[in-house]
Amino acid sequence: MGKLLTVRDLVIKFYTFDGVIHAINGMFFDLNEGETLAIVGESGSGKSVTMKSLLQLLPSPPAKIESGNAYFYRNGEKVDLLYLSESEINKIRGKDIGFVFQDALSALNPVLSIGRQITESLETHMGLDKKEARERAIELLESVGITGARQRLYAYPHQFSGGMRQRAMIAIAIACSPKIVIADEPTTALDVTIQAQILELFKEIQKKLGMAIIWITHDLGVVARLADRVMVMYAGQPVEVAPVEELYENPIHPYTIGLLEALPKLGEKKKKLTSIEGTPPDMIEEPHFCQFASRCRFANEKCFKDNPPIISVGKDHYVRCFEDITERIKVQKVKTV
Amino acid sequence: MDEKNEVLVEIKSLKKYFPLKGGLSFNVKKRAVKAVDDVSFEIKKGETLGLVGESGSGKSTIGRTILRLYEPTEGKIYFEGKEITTLDKESLRKLRPKMQMIFQDSYNSLNPRHNIGYIISEPLIIHTEMSHNDIRSRVKELLELVGLKTRYMNRFPHEFSGGQRQRINIARALALNPDFIVCDEPISALDVSIQAQIVNLLQDLQKKLKHTYLFIAHDLSMVQHISDRIVVIYLGHIMEFADSDDLFKNPLHPYTQALISAVPIPSPKMEKKRKRIILKGEIPNPANPPSGCVFHTRCPIAEDICAVEVPEYREIESDHFVACHFADKREKSRII
Amino acid sequence: MDDKKANNKNVTGLMIDEEKKKGIFYFFYYVGRLLWKDKTGLVGLLIFLSVIISAVFSPYLAPYDPLKQNLKISKTPPVWYKNGSIHHIFGTDDLGRDILSRIIYGSRVSLTVGFFGVLIASSLGMIIGLVSGYVGGKLDSVIMGAVNLILALPYLVFVVFIAAILGRSLLNVILIFGFTDIPIFVRVTRGEVMQMREEGFIEAAQSVGATTSRILFKHIIPNLIGPIVTLATFEMSAMIFYESGLGFLGLSVPPSVPSWGNMLSVGRQYITIYPWIAAYPGLAIVYTGLGINLLGDWLRDVLDPRLRRAKK
Repeated sequence: MGKLLTVRDLVIKFYTFDGVIHAINGMFFDLNEGETLAIVGESGSGKSVTMKSLLQLLPSPPAKIESGNAYFYRNGEKVDLLYLSESEINKIRGKDIGFVFQDALSALNPVLSIGRQITESLETHMGLDKKEARERAIELLESVGITGARQRLYAYPHQFSGGMRQRAMIAIAIACSPKIVIADEPTTALDVTIQAQILELFKEIQKKLGMAIIWITHDLGVVARLADRVMVMYAGQPVEVAPVEELYENPIHPYTIGLLEALPKLGEKKKKLTSIEGTPPDMIEEPHFCQFASRCRFANEKCFKDNPPIISVGKDHYVRCFEDITERIKVQKVKTV
Repeated sequence: MDEKNEVLVEIKSLKKYFPLKGGLSFNVKKRAVKAVDDVSFEIKKGETLGLVGESGSGKSTIGRTILRLYEPTEGKIYFEGKEITTLDKESLRKLRPKMQMIFQDSYNSLNPRHNIGYIISEPLIIHTEMSHNDIRSRVKELLELVGLKTRYMNRFPHEFSGGQRQRINIARALALNPDFIVCDEPISALDVSIQAQIVNLLQDLQKKLKHTYLFIAHDLSMVQHISDRIVVIYLGHIMEFADSDDLFKNPLHPYTQALISAVPIPSPKMEKKRKRIILKGEIPNPANPPSGCVFHTRCPIAEDICAVEVPEYREIESDHFVACHFADKREKSRII
Repeated sequence: MDDKKANNKNVTGLMIDEEKKKGIFYFFYYVGRLLWKDKTGLVGLLIFLSVIISAVFSPYLAPYDPLKQNLKISKTPPVWYKNGSIHHIFGTDDLGRDILSRIIYGSRVSLTVGFFGVLIASSLGMIIGLVSGYVGGKLDSVIMGAVNLILALPYLVFVVFIAAILGRSLLNVILIFGFTDIPIFVRVTRGEVMQMREEGFIEAAQSVGATTSRILFKHIIPNLIGPIVTLATFEMSAMIFYESGLGFLGLSVPPSVPSWGNMLSVGRQYITIYPWIAAYPGLAIVYTGLGINLLGDWLRDVLDPRLRRAKK
């Protein structure tokens, strides 16, 4: 599996009226061809900000990319997405990298028909003429499960139901068969049975087109269903990265452990949910020590003084923590099992 | 008498239709959103009854109608054995201290111009003759009960996080020590780790104060976790009603089975092994519900009769009610 | 573990700072800080205050009696002109009256019309809007029908027509503007009330057992203050403009009373030869309007409780 994306040392700050917000503090990840990477975090963790920065979708000001690289490997060449010009990044948006937004109703233009929004992308990026684009658009709508596509082409977003709008957005995102699709919480606002349909749809499309998916979510259940690898984010930094089964069976970072313990598991014996005390930091200070320390039950003095390093705790399994603490956690697990 | 079995709230054949504004329509029944269409169940004292459904199911409407925030179109509501369906406004207001609601959108359910001390004390001001100092102490007591620092009393809603606002909501609902609390999607808008905090809080409070919950949500895992018994609703009709454990071990209605199958479980191993039931189609418009069994348009086992006849809601197994033509003919199937 | 958490105030995001006793001084301090943050608001406030001071203290500030005519020194230009005199900084008008003094006194008319006109329009408009928005249904349709009808009429033509019928007096002007501006307040109030009903805290108040009057007075009206006050400031500046328009047409206060509109009316004939007679009252109108509008903008931002940032 070839590499598609390599993001390193990404630091993003927001310069607002009330001060500087250190939104992303050292983001890194890799994405390989055809794989599904899930990025998990709660609100404010920075997951959406990171992804939007890759396609230069962050309004700047107030956002500023302080440092870092996001290398995209395309046809053997390597380009840094963060520093491309407007016209260059426009060629990539929609064509090489598709984006599915969370709220289809606000992401779709309400005064343009669904068909128009698809054909626009096809005409611009693939150079199709109007007729070809229309036929292709109908194919696309059918492939995402929208029946009566020929008529639906002329419908407007508000005439679709939530699930159908999401499908239409997916159609727009995959119209040019991109190498990567970034999906930002695309099913959060949907009903559970509709979400199940959309998840199946993504799986089918991925099988057919072979693209890589970056799936941003806070739902650890969806991650378990879809992902190959998982990255957990907290306060603008990745705190754990692992293949999906390893993450659930052997979580090392206290935040990940806390998240998993906070979830009720359908069909399992009911035990009291363990919640994580406290609230996330407000990101107005540059982090010089572990941002999770004050909520961590394994923390010691060092955690409040230094930035924890990224260490390996298993095959392809990395954690942002101090080694002595991770050792302690591993030992505790063996005891309870 | 065993207190546990005493019925606190009961609804019989409850219907709530919202007339569609269509200008001059003379036949209201024809053009209306049938949000709740013939729902009956009872809630026992001290239990947590879960009410689960997707959009258009009518679950929030049921909660509000029981509290008479909406007026029922048809049917009867009973509280502590007495009928309250047509109780006049004054008597209803006197009843309010016993039945309260925790709302979903914590931001909007708190008046942005009132500080939280006032918000929590308002029920006390309206219903009691307590002195200013007594009210103040009670507010402090309530803040402590829900885990907020008492010195936050002078702050305003926008100064708090989502989880904290929900705690304020809970404190207000508890102010008059109600017997019955309707929780309308109290955790949907919160982060995962905060959801656990709030759910734990609700359970702890129930242990301490022994009140009764109607827990309305769309998150099946959370509903299963907190509820003793669960009602599954689809387009204003009850599909299934059973004990929490029983529902999951032995779901009899195809909708329940699909719902359970659709809920993602945070365990990749289990996800790989699971049986998948993907419903086709969209949730129908409640203003134009399908004929016969409202679920038949998406049901994997639907047959001709389902489009014609509304299935009878009956007890298939002990304390396990289902509304399906084929409920007793199916084999037991575990979904998870 | 616990003592470690207590030491890290800034890390957890928990609000641990001390609660100050909120007194009246804190209120002024708080408002002062807000003004300083958004300096346009400060500018607006200062301008507005200067106009108020000039209106209240006119007898002490004006160098001359605004009504005193002196044909010998009529049409004197302002001090920086060739024939100007230091005794009349802004010059004199066609009847020899000191322009600066008339401008200072003229502020009284403008502010009176603005303030009382808005008072009438906002109080009546708010009541009607409240009823319309809260009760809804047919009553709402009827009221909105009337409102839209009135708003459809060409405003200035309508006002001029009424003024011509009623005759020139300060009271008439106040009444005219007061009543013709009611529809705008009705519309805004109604919109806000309807939005509030969707919000949820009204439903929450009902679930707690609040009576309708409680909901109206304790929940809805406090939330109306913000938008209404903001609207009132903008309408006030509009009224000042319109008053000068009426005065210009000779339909405002009687010609002897110094009002900026009247001054414009007089100055019109001489605009090419003695431009200062019209120019300075014109500037006064713009100055006042600007001040009020800047203040209104600032008020709108400040009075929305949701825009207020959480205290650090």
